Amino acid sequence: MIAARPVGAPGYGLVVSDALVQARGLRKSFGAVEAVRGIDVDVAPGEVFGFLGPNGAGKSSTMRMIACVSPRTGGTLSVLGMDPGADGPRIRARIGVVPQLDNLDAELSVRENLEIYGRYFGLPRRHVREKATELLEFAQLTERAGDTVEELSGGMKRRLTIARSLVNDPELLLLDEPTTGLDPQARHLLWDRLYRLKREGVTQIVTTHYMDEAEQLCDRLVVMDGGVIAAEGSPAELISRYSTREVLELRFDPERRPGAAALERHADRVEELPDRFLLYTADGERTQGDVVGAGFVPLSSLVRRSSLEDVFLRLTGRTLVD
Amino acid sequence: MSAPTVPPAPQVWRLLPAGSYAGRARMMMVRSAAASRRTWLAFVSGFFEPLFYLLAMGTGLGSLVGDLPGPDGQPISYAAFIAPGLLAASAMNGAVFDSTYNVFFKLHYARLYDSMLATPLGPVDVALGEIGWALLRGGLYATAFLSVMAGFGLIASPWALLALPAALLVAFAFAAVGMAATSFMRSWQDFDLVTLAVLPMFLFSTTFYPLSVYPRWLQIVVECLPLYHAVELMRGLTTGVVGPGLLAHLAYFVVMIGIGVVIASRRLEKLLLR
Repeated sequence: MIAARPVGAPGYGLVVSDALVQARGLRKSFGAVEAVRGIDVDVAPGEVFGFLGPNGAGKSSTMRMIACVSPRTGGTLSVLGMDPGADGPRIRARIGVVPQLDNLDAELSVRENLEIYGRYFGLPRRHVREKATELLEFAQLTERAGDTVEELSGGMKRRLTIARSLVNDPELLLLDEPTTGLDPQARHLLWDRLYRLKREGVTQIVTTHYMDEAEQLCDRLVVMDGGVIAAEGSPAELISRYSTREVLELRFDPERRPGAAALERHADRVEELPDRFLLYTADGERTQGDVVGAGFVPLSSLVRRSSLEDVFLRLTGRTLVD
Repeated sequence: MSAPTVPPAPQVWRLLPAGSYAGRARMMMVRSAAASRRTWLAFVSGFFEPLFYLLAMGTGLGSLVGDLPGPDGQPISYAAFIAPGLLAASAMNGAVFDSTYNVFFKLHYARLYDSMLATPLGPVDVALGEIGWALLRGGLYATAFLSVMAGFGLIASPWALLALPAALLVAFAFAAVGMAATSFMRSWQDFDLVTLAVLPMFLFSTTFYPLSVYPRWLQIVVECLPLYHAVELMRGLTTGVVGPGLLAHLAYFVVMIGIGVVIASRRLEKLLLR
C-alpha cells in the first residue's frame, strides 16, 4: 500500500507541508490540572481560524504553546514548519502576538512602543521608524504618537497592541480574546482592522468567547470545552450541523411555566434555560403560532436565526457566557 | 571566600538552552535608555548618595578621626580610607536596586518581560539585558565618583584607573545575584530581606573602619561578605597597594556572576515560560 503511493503524496490524509500550524494530540498540564487534553488542529495559510469556548476551555494555553512561550506536555506541534520546543526564537521572529491582557511598555511613548518592539526583532532603526509611522496610521493613533500609554483609552491600547504585533510583518497573527472588555464601537473598529489584515493574506488565529465575534471573523473554527475539541467547521457548517435554521425563545411567568416536555412536540428540540426556553425549528413564526394555538401563554417570545451560541449549548449543555 | 553552593559547570551549561537566548540583550538596554529619559531625576540621584557620605563622613567625621592605616599599614587620611569603600557600596546599591525593585515590578506588574518573550528575545536576553543596564548605570556613577575622588586628592596611584572596570565587575555580580533573588520573591514584603542583607553589609564590610577592629571570629564572617571583597579591591587600587590578593577578590565576583546569571536565567525561564 505504502509503496504504491507516489512520492510527495499526502500521507494518511494530512497535507503536512501546507499547514502553518499543525497539532496532533497536543496536551498541556499544569501540575495535576490538564488544561489541554489532546487536540488536533490544522491552520491553513491565509485563513482566520478560531478557538471558541468558555473561560477555562484551554484556548489560551493552546495559544501560548503555538506562540512558543509555553512548553507542551505531550503530542506534536509544528508552527511554520518548525518545532516550538527547538526553534522558539526563529518561529517567534515570524509571528505576531496579541495577548489577552495588554502588556504595553508604560515607560515608553506610543511611538516608542512600536519602534523599540521592532528592535527586539533585530530590525534596523530606520526600518522601524518608517514601520511605526505606517502602523500608527493603521491603528488611528498618529495624533497620539508622543503620548504615554497611560493616557490612552482601552480601545486605543488594544489597537496599539495589535499594531505592535504587526511590526515584524508576521505571517501568522495570534489574537487572544482581542475585543474582550471593549465597547461596541471599539470592537467594530478592531474587526475592520482584522479584515484588512486578512485581505492582505495574514493568517490569523483568534480565541474568543463571543459567538458574534467568531461568526464575524472566522473562516473556520473549533469549539473547545474542558480541554478538548467538541466540534470543528465553518460557522455556517457548525450551525447547520448542530442546530436548526431558527430559534424561538419563550419566556413564561414563573407561576405558569410549562414543563419542557409539553413544548417538545412543537419543535425539533427544546433547551430549558433558567429564564427561558429555546425551541429549535426550521420556521420560528410557525412554531410560535403552534405554541400559542396549543394554549401556552408566554410573557414574551422572540424568533431569531441560530447562532454559534446554540451550537455550543447543543454540544455542551451550557451557555458560553453567563 | 564563601563556598559556591551551585552544581558544577557541566550541569550549568545545560541550564541555558539555545532557544532561550537570541543574542539580542543589547536591545533591552536600548529600551532602558529610552525609558530612563522620562525618569532622569531618579537616574541622577544615584550619584549624590555616595558623594554626600563622602562629604559628611570623610571631611566631617574625618577631622575627628585623623589618619587610619591603609592596606599596606601606611597611614592614609580618613576620607581616602572610606572613599573606595563608598565607591564599592554605590556599585552594590545601584545594582541591587535595579535588579530587585525594578525587575520585580516589571516581572509581576508591568508584564514587560511577557511582551518581550513574544519576540525572538528569550529569558537569557532579558536577564543579560537588565543586568547590562544596571551595569552601565553603575559604570556612570563610578566614573563620576572617581572624578570627585580625584578632585579631592583622594587618589594615590594610577592603578585607580582600574577601579572603574572593577566597579563594573562588582555591579555585575550584585545585579546577577539580585536578579536571581528577585525571581524567588513573591510580594513586596520580601524586599525587607534585601534591606536586611544590604544595609549591614554596607555598614560593616570595612567601609568605614578597618577589619582589625573586630574579634577574629567576626573578621571571618565579614571576610565572607561580597561587599568586603569589593571594598578591599577598590581600596587596594585607589591607594596603589596592589598584590596577588586582589586577584582573589576578583575571583570571588567571577564566581558570583556565574551563579547569579545561571540562576536568574533559569528562574526567569520557569516564571515566564509556563
